[in-house]
Amino acid sequence: MPVKTMRDAINEALHQAMAEDDSVFVIGEDVAGCNGSQGEVGSVGGVFGVTGGLYKAFGPNRCIDTPISESAIVGAAAGAALVGMRPVAEIMFADFIGVCMDQIVNQMGKFRYMFGGKSTCPAVIRFASGGGFSAASQHSQAMYQILTAFPGLKVVVPSNAYDAKGLLLQAIRDDDPVMFFEPKALYQEACEVPDEMYTIPFGQAAYVREGDDCTVVAFGQMVPRAAAAIDALEAEGISCDLIDPRTTSPLDEGAILESVEATGRLVVVDETPPRCSLTADIAALAADKAFHSLKAPIKQVCAPHSPTPFSPELEAAYIPSAEKIMAAIKATLA
Amino acid sequence: MTIPKEKLLRAYRQMKTIREFEERTHAEIMNGQIPGFTHLYTGQEANAVGVCEHLDELDTIISTHRGHGHCIAKGADVIGMMKELFGSSEGLCKGKGGSMHVADIEKGILGANGIVAGGPPISVGSALAAKIRDNGRVAVSFSGDGSVNQGTCFEAMNLAVVLKVPAIFVIENNYYSEHTNISYAVGCDDLKARTEAFGFPVFVADGSDFFSVYEAAGKAIEHARTGNGPAGLFAEQGRFHGHFVGDPQYYRAEGELDDLRENSDCLKVFRNRTTATGEVSHEELDAIDAEVLALIDEAVAAAKAAPRPTAEQVVEDVYVNYGNA
Repeated sequence: MPVKTMRDAINEALHQAMAEDDSVFVIGEDVAGCNGSQGEVGSVGGVFGVTGGLYKAFGPNRCIDTPISESAIVGAAAGAALVGMRPVAEIMFADFIGVCMDQIVNQMGKFRYMFGGKSTCPAVIRFASGGGFSAASQHSQAMYQILTAFPGLKVVVPSNAYDAKGLLLQAIRDDDPVMFFEPKALYQEACEVPDEMYTIPFGQAAYVREGDDCTVVAFGQMVPRAAAAIDALEAEGISCDLIDPRTTSPLDEGAILESVEATGRLVVVDETPPRCSLTADIAALAADKAFHSLKAPIKQVCAPHSPTPFSPELEAAYIPSAEKIMAAIKATLA
Repeated sequence: MTIPKEKLLRAYRQMKTIREFEERTHAEIMNGQIPGFTHLYTGQEANAVGVCEHLDELDTIISTHRGHGHCIAKGADVIGMMKELFGSSEGLCKGKGGSMHVADIEKGILGANGIVAGGPPISVGSALAAKIRDNGRVAVSFSGDGSVNQGTCFEAMNLAVVLKVPAIFVIENNYYSEHTNISYAVGCDDLKARTEAFGFPVFVADGSDFFSVYEAAGKAIEHARTGNGPAGLFAEQGRFHGHFVGDPQYYRAEGELDDLRENSDCLKVFRNRTTATGEVSHEELDAIDAEVLALIDEAVAAAKAAPRPTAEQVVEDVYVNYGNA
């Protein structure tokens, strides 16, 4: 099977979805690039290169560059979706949710409910998310935990290229608004990805590792890091379940609870600060529904309650490391 | 401009329906029958009708918190709307939206909208869909003089020009954004020039006169529909009620409301003009008045008798499909 990076897997999914369904179009800042300039239009393909080739393949009506106007981008996707299109909008950095939150949360996320179930809004918004690039406080946040809190939105966080392709194709075919967070630290990470189209259903976690001693739940770029931590602990005779929920809304509660009931221990890992976080959310779930199975206090491994720093040393201390994950797992076994 | 008699009578009926819907809504709120926050459109009826008479079901509108008039003008079911305001499960939105979120997608009504200037970006999306599909449709966003100072309005106007989509921005100036006059809130002296600076023509209408709005809206919509990109329509007309029902209206000048109702009532203006020219008779308009009153009576009675939602309906209609999770 061919090996592809997450960037290429997402790009392939976009090409295939647009070829399959002419109601699918891509809109965002520099998704083509060079409009109005001396350069060749389409030569940018997104600031992370994820939309490369779409302009050439599908033209200006389906690979649409916009001004730097995130509210208008999300609003345009929302409006087009309300009348039956399947837009895939790109918001360059997830942090920019701060400038288009109304259109995401108050508008597209609530249409169906406010309108009594008589509308659909099959829009996908893609975000490059998370830290690891010394991009500092305004270009490093994960942000998916915030949108997970809003009913009406579905929230997807792939942790590898295979999942990214299957989840994006599902997102585009899905009739609800889907927030698709691409951990930018993983764009260059590669794995086997089939050439053909396939979908991964929402609300079905992946079992990345299977073990007996502790359940580890991790999100996005924390999944490979947690896997590395678990693999390192194997030498010490410790084995863990590693669950990647893949979608935070809907959430596969059953997979998490089943594992916690079997291992009796839980470590939750995310790169966000701790308050009102997914780690707190999953910990509460286990405390509420699997309390009597627990043999040790639940451990949350996350960033501190601080903005993301710039300096590489500071950022390395900020984002959970494999060592911190290992220490948390051991703490549950102490 | 001559307008066929049938269309004239229809326009009058629409305006009268909005007027009576709003006045009865006001009465039922004061009676404690309608919950929540409600913003009445009374006085501005010619704007909605003058625009929507140029649209068909496949064209879209998006509205505001003051949205009842736009929805009725675009063809929303009046009885379903009244049931919605009362919070019935038989309401147009099953009692989930209420006054500020009346919508009917199949009739091209993309919703009243509780966020000032929340609508224009969405309307640009509908216009973009029309452009991509090349189907000759247009998308109208109604918003008020309060919306023009929101960044989303600027973003939407600029994007519509950049993408050259058939979007029409209808700006209804009722002089007050909530309790603040436009002379304070809009920092420049010429809002029309400021808007035209985005790069599209803005047509101006007298919002107390259906004929003025109809003519100006026709030009704006024709401009957009024939592939020339967006257009604007400014219509000035004061509202007869406060920002919301219960607003003490400290901002009004002495006699302002009396003057509005006396001299800027689109129903009176319409009746005076069309009966003076002999295009229609008082008797014909009186007959419509009676029919509209009967319809509103029926709507209120139906809303009062309609079933109430049940607790299990709280979590219905959030998603098309949320799986088993």
